[in-house]
Amino acid sequence: MARTEQAQRYVGGGVLRKEDPELLTGQGKYTDDIVVPGMVWAIVVRSPFAHARINSVDTSRAGGMPGVIAVYSGADLASEWAGPLPMAWPVTEDINNPPHWPVAKDKARFAGDAVAVVVAESRAQAKDAAASVEVDYEALDPVVGVEAALRDGAPLVHDEFGTNKCYTWPLADGEVDDVFAKAPVVVKERYVHPRLIPNAIEPRAIVVQPVPSQGEFTMWSATQVPHIAKVTLSITLGIPESKFRVIAPEVGGGFGSKLQVYAEEAICLAVARRLGRPVKWVEERSENYLATHHGRGMIQDMEVAATEEGKLLGVRAKMLVDMGGYLQLVTPGIPLLGAFLYAGPYSAECYSVEFTGVFTNRTPTDAYRGAGRPEATYAVERIMDALARRVGKDPAEVRRMNFLPPFSEPTPTPSGLSFDSGNYEATLDKALELVGYDELRKEQAARRESKDVKQLGVGLSTYIEMCGLAPSQVLASLRYVAGGWDSATIRCHPTGKVTVLSGATPHGQGHETSWSQIVADALGIPFDDIEILHGDTAVVPLGMDTYGSRSVSVGGVAIHHAAERVKEKARKIAAHELEVAEDDLEFADGKFQVKGAPDKAKSIPEVAFSAWTAHNLPEGLEPGLEETYVFDPPNFTYPSGAHICAVEIDTDTGKTEVVRYIAVDDCGTIINPMIVEGQIRGGVAQGIAEALFEEAVYDDNGTLLTSSMATYAIPSAAELPRFTLAGNVTPSSTNPLGVKGVGEAGTIAAPPAVVNAVIDALSHFGVTEIDMPATPERVWNAIQNAKGGSK
Amino acid sequence: MKRIAVTVNGTRRESEVEPRQLLVIHLREDLGLTGTKIGCDTTSCGACTVLIDGKSVKSCNVLAVQADGREVTTIEGLAADGTMHPLQEAFRNNHGLQCGYCTPGMIMAALSLIDAGTPLEDEEDIRLALEGNLCRCTGYQNIVKSIKDAAGQMRSSASA
Repeated sequence: MARTEQAQRYVGGGVLRKEDPELLTGQGKYTDDIVVPGMVWAIVVRSPFAHARINSVDTSRAGGMPGVIAVYSGADLASEWAGPLPMAWPVTEDINNPPHWPVAKDKARFAGDAVAVVVAESRAQAKDAAASVEVDYEALDPVVGVEAALRDGAPLVHDEFGTNKCYTWPLADGEVDDVFAKAPVVVKERYVHPRLIPNAIEPRAIVVQPVPSQGEFTMWSATQVPHIAKVTLSITLGIPESKFRVIAPEVGGGFGSKLQVYAEEAICLAVARRLGRPVKWVEERSENYLATHHGRGMIQDMEVAATEEGKLLGVRAKMLVDMGGYLQLVTPGIPLLGAFLYAGPYSAECYSVEFTGVFTNRTPTDAYRGAGRPEATYAVERIMDALARRVGKDPAEVRRMNFLPPFSEPTPTPSGLSFDSGNYEATLDKALELVGYDELRKEQAARRESKDVKQLGVGLSTYIEMCGLAPSQVLASLRYVAGGWDSATIRCHPTGKVTVLSGATPHGQGHETSWSQIVADALGIPFDDIEILHGDTAVVPLGMDTYGSRSVSVGGVAIHHAAERVKEKARKIAAHELEVAEDDLEFADGKFQVKGAPDKAKSIPEVAFSAWTAHNLPEGLEPGLEETYVFDPPNFTYPSGAHICAVEIDTDTGKTEVVRYIAVDDCGTIINPMIVEGQIRGGVAQGIAEALFEEAVYDDNGTLLTSSMATYAIPSAAELPRFTLAGNVTPSSTNPLGVKGVGEAGTIAAPPAVVNAVIDALSHFGVTEIDMPATPERVWNAIQNAKGGSK
Repeated sequence: MKRIAVTVNGTRRESEVEPRQLLVIHLREDLGLTGTKIGCDTTSCGACTVLIDGKSVKSCNVLAVQADGREVTTIEGLAADGTMHPLQEAFRNNHGLQCGYCTPGMIMAALSLIDAGTPLEDEEDIRLALEGNLCRCTGYQNIVKSIKDAAGQMRSSASA
C-alpha cells in the first residue's frame, strides 16, 4: 500500500517570524521594562582590584544617604546562603572546586567581584550611595596568565588548594605515542585563543518579587536558562522550588553569556527576602565587561602525525584553559564540549587530548557561542593548513584526502563518538566552486608575482561540530550533574486553537515561528492558530533551556513526538466517532480520513472539541487532548560545513579586508531557511570579529583594559562584508526530524577560515603564525619579522 | 527638580525631572515608553536612538532637560493605526532582527538617515551610515537590506 504523504506546508518554508511585530513596535517586554509596585533598586559595589584581601567594609556613610534602605557587605549577607553559587560540571573526581559566594567576604578574586550591595528607593540614589561604601582593600599580587599561574611560587587565587591548577582531564584512544614516534611527518603548533567578551546588546537585568507571607518568589531575569536557574538558586537560597518561579521574558541576545546563574540573581533574591520588597538590578555595560562571564581563553599545543603525502595518522593536543577567579555554572566543562572534535571531520588512527583548567585573577570564563567547539575547530583547521604547507599540497587537497567518507548512519570516529551523518567532500566541493577557488589561486599567484601591495589569501575551514546537548547518559559519563532532555506539551483547545509549551527558551532564535511550523505540519493546524509559550517555569515546568545549538534537535524533536502522541489519541477518538477501526483511518491534509471515503473525516480541532465535551469517547479514554513528551536524545547531532574566506592584506599597513566569504553549511533538515541563514550570518560575523578584532586585554595588574564598547572592538556594519551562504543537507540519523542545529556554526567555522586566509596571504614571505585577533599591528609585525626587518 | 514639556510622539508631556536625568530614563521610566532600549550607557551601541526634532540622537547621552520644548519620536510613534511603518515592515520581511534589542535604535537611526536624504542606494553607504548602531545577532546583512528596501520604497512614494 502506498504511504500517504502529508503535504509539507510550513517546514522548509520561509515563513515570516511571529515574534517580530511586537519587537518592531517597541511592545516586547525585556526584564528592564518590568516595573513592580514598591520596587527598590540594588547596585553592586565591585572590587577594583584583581586580587585583594577585604579587611573591612564600612557601610555607615552610604547607609545614611538619601533614599538608602540598606547596605550589605558579604558578611552581612552570609546567612542568606544555603550553599554557594552553582557549579554543575565537576569534570574530574579530584577537581579543585572552590565555594563561590555571591558577595565576597574575605578576598576579591577578580576586578569586578561583588563586595557590597546598596539598596535604595531609586536607581540614582542607590548609585550615589554605592560610591560612598568604604572598602578597606589590601592589594595582593594578582595572577593574570595561565602559564604564570602554574609557575612555582605564583600567587594563589584560592589559597586552600596550594595550587592554581583546577583539574586535568585526559581523553586518549589508540597507540598515540607509538604512532607519533614512528610517523614520517609530525607538525606541532601553538595556538592562543584570547578571552572574548560576549556582549549581548541587552545587558543583564533582574527583578524579584516576593510574597513574604507565603515565602514565594518570582524572578524575572535576562537569562537563557530559567529552568536551570530555578533548580540551582533554590538550593543556593534555600527557597523551596515549589515556591519559586523564574521567568525569562524577551531576552536580548545571550551567546552563552546568559547561560549562567549569576551572583546578582542570588543577591536580588536575598535582598527581596530580607526586605520583603520587590528588588530590581540592571547591569551597566561597564559591569557587563567585568561581571558577566567571558568566553574562550585557551592555549593549545596541537600536534598531528601524518604520512609524507599528508594522510593523518594521529592527533595529540594539550590545552591550558583559563577558568578565571571562580568556577561558574559549567566553566570547567566548556573545553570538554570540543574535546571529541580535535580530529575534525577527518579519520585518524589515534587520538589524545588533555585539558588543564587553571585559576587566574580574571573574570570567570564559561560558555560563549560555540563553547569548546570553536577552540577545537580552530586547532584542527589551522594545523591542516600547516600540514598542507609541510607536505607541499593545496589545503583543499589535504582535507579531501583525510575526510571521513560520506555516511548516513552512525559512524565511529577517532575520538570515540559516532557521528550521525555527513558528506564532507560534497560540502567542500560546493564551497570551492562558489568561491571560485581556482581563479582565486591564479589571482593570488599573479599578485605575488607582481609584488602587489595588496596580497590575496584564501582560507579554508571544513568544520564538524557537536550539537543537540545531550544524551543524559553521556552527560553522566562526563560528570555533568543534570540531564540533556527537553520537553514539549501540545494542548489542543476545544475552539481549535493550539498552545504549545516548550522547555527551550529562546533569546532571538525565533523558536515561536519554527515550533509553529513543526506543529502546523504535524497536526494540520493553521500556523496563526498556534501559540508557543516558553521561558516561564510556572507555565512550562519541564525544561532544560537554550544553549549549545540544542533547541531544535532536542526541544523541537520533543514537539514532533508530542504531536505524534496527540495524533495517537486523536485517532482513537476519530475512529470511535466515525465508527471505523483505527487502522481504517489515514491522517492526510490535517484530517483523519476513512480510507477510500475521504469525505468521512475528522480534523484535529473537531476531535479536540469532542475530547473536551467528552460526550462520546471510547471506553476508558480520558477527556481532553493534551500530550507531553520529554525527549532525551540518543546521540548528539553533528552539523558540518565548509567555509572559505578570501582576504586582501595591505602589506604596507597590515590591514586585512575580507573580500569574499562563502559558507556552505549542513545543519540537517531545515525548518525555516530564513532563520537558519540569519543564525549563520550572525555567527560568521562574530567569528570574523574573533579572528580580526576582538580580545579582552588585561594589564599586569589584572585590570581589564578593553572595558567598554569604545575599547573592545565589536564590529559595526562598516567592518563586515556580505556573506554568501549555501547549504548541503544530510538529515541527522539521531532524530526523526533529521535536524542538527545551527546556532553556533558561524563562530565555529569562521575564525580558522579567516586566520588561514591571513597566513595564506603572507606565507610566501615566510609567515606561518599569527595569533587572533589578526590586527593590523600583528599582521604588519609578522610581515616585518618574516622579512627579517626590525619591528 | 526642573519642569519640562516635551512633545513625545505628537503628545505634549509635562514632567518634573532631576536636572541630571537622562532622556532615555525619562522616556522609559517617567513616561513608560520602554520601546527605547539601553545597551551601553556610553553612546557606543545606539540601542537608545530616538529622534529629536526629526534628527537621531542617542538618548543615553542627552539630558531630559535638553529635550524641553522639543519634539521627540520613539519607536512607539512609528506604527499608525495598527499599520507598521515601512521600515518596520522591511525589517520583518528581510529578517532584519533576531533578539530585537537593537532594533528600535536601528530603525530610528535609519529613519533619520532616510529623512535627511543620506545616500542609501549603495550597500556600502548604508553600512558606513549605520556605524553608530551595533547589533550582535544578525551580522548586519539583513539590516542593511531592510534599510535599503525601506529607503527605496519611502523615497519613491515620496517623489510619486
